[in-house]
Amino acid sequence: MLEILRLPFIVHALLTASFAAVVAAVGGYFLVSRGLTFAGHALPNIGFAGAAGAVLLGIEPVFGLFAFTIGAGVVVGILGKDIRERDVSIGVVMTFALGLGLLFLSLYSGYAQRVYGILFGNILGISARAVVATGAAGVLILAVLAFLYRPLLFSTFDPPAAEARGVPVKLLSVLFMGVIAVTISLSIQVMGALLVFTLLVGPAATATRLVKGSCAAIFVSVGLGLAFVWFGVFLAAANGRLPVSFFIASLSFLVYLPVRLLSPMGREAA
Amino acid sequence: MGSEVQPVVSSVVRLDHVQVSLGGKVIQDDMSFSIEDGEYIAVLGPNGAGKSTLLKVLLGLIRPTTGAVEVLGGAPGRRNAHIGYVPQFRAIESDMTLRGREVVRFGLDGNRWGIGLPSRARRERIDQVLREVDAQELAEQPIGRLSGGERQRLLIAQALLTDPRLLLLDEPLANLDLSREQEIIGLVRRICRSRGVAVLFVTHDINPLLPDVDRVLYLASGKSAIGTPQAVITKECLSELYGSPVEVVKALGRVFVVGAET
Repeated sequence: MLEILRLPFIVHALLTASFAAVVAAVGGYFLVSRGLTFAGHALPNIGFAGAAGAVLLGIEPVFGLFAFTIGAGVVVGILGKDIRERDVSIGVVMTFALGLGLLFLSLYSGYAQRVYGILFGNILGISARAVVATGAAGVLILAVLAFLYRPLLFSTFDPPAAEARGVPVKLLSVLFMGVIAVTISLSIQVMGALLVFTLLVGPAATATRLVKGSCAAIFVSVGLGLAFVWFGVFLAAANGRLPVSFFIASLSFLVYLPVRLLSPMGREAA
Repeated sequence: MGSEVQPVVSSVVRLDHVQVSLGGKVIQDDMSFSIEDGEYIAVLGPNGAGKSTLLKVLLGLIRPTTGAVEVLGGAPGRRNAHIGYVPQFRAIESDMTLRGREVVRFGLDGNRWGIGLPSRARRERIDQVLREVDAQELAEQPIGRLSGGERQRLLIAQALLTDPRLLLLDEPLANLDLSREQEIIGLVRRICRSRGVAVLFVTHDINPLLPDVDRVLYLASGKSAIGTPQAVITKECLSELYGSPVEVVKALGRVFVVGAET
């Protein structure tokens, strides 16, 4: 089993997936706590449109991906407040973006493999340079989240009280969505735009139902995220045919399901 | 005026001809009053009269259109050290996991950047306020599973960690049943008297607070009146405030305001 660790593309896959999983698990805890899970689904899809547009213009898809995801993230952060209303606007923008993405793809007459890589992930084809870039970006995101930690948690729990204590609630909301947008762009290499949600929300949503405190939830979320991607990569390598992201998504689901059904934690918030 | 030798004792809160508007609509016009250290004040009035807005003015989150506001001897500030604030009840995300202790801790360092490494001194201060609000057993409980009254006690503990001279409570009795209501009222009375902290207590029903409060601040129809309950909650005073006939009925040891939207 461990022989596959001699293959450089597997090592690259494991490293990149680990970086993405850790960052997504930490960001995901706040995303879930802030009631922003739907944004976590919408942003990568919007990012896909950006990637397709970039391909059409003949530039690197990653740039389009970043531009659209971060732009949409900042808008979501500014929208703020009422979750129901916000989710409606996010949904409308997301479907429009998906439509645009499709249009860009159909206008593009060339080989659209790289766009499909954005949609479904390309974990087994990651270069050494991309591994280093992902690692550096991951460390940066973790540092930013650590810096924002206390006020972000305070404003997530009780925005009016945090505002009264001088916490820049609105600015934090925008900054946080910026961080999530970068996290999503990193994770897309692993899972693809359609399944990024798995890394972002699966571990965090499971963790918040397993343990009580915020720190514990973040650590459990990271542990679950790492376990999902490692087992996913190993299972895919052993199987040899089925895609990695299928295994990761299935593991995440199979762990969440019993936890959701059996855990009493956080079920009813009065 | 200005010739006294001894320093002037500054009020906790002083409003001078303050007008507050929200979205172009005048909520309160010409509001003037002051509150002294340790005073217990109930803030009453119908929905939309500006009760929560008044608290936000005192916190510096809303600027008055005209008039002067002074809080703890200065302009209403952004950081609000020494003001404890418990906002109106909100539903929290059911997926948010926080222990009681963490909720209380926000009062100490929720506005500081960084993670904040564990410290024994901080732990002891949190334990101390948890004891003060009689909520030690809630320290390790997840906030999502607490009742309204338990949550309210933790939020008051959080507010106490600012060492407040002024405590602003926005409808702390909303969503509570009668016995929990009495618990919170007893707790606020104890805090007000033992700490000598001035309290502004926004409420819909003055009756449970009548034995405790020093004065009531009644807001209605863009105007305000302040004074002892006996002076303010009268037919004459409230009729003038509402600008329409209002009756005050006393029955079974309780007072009821009739004829006004309360």
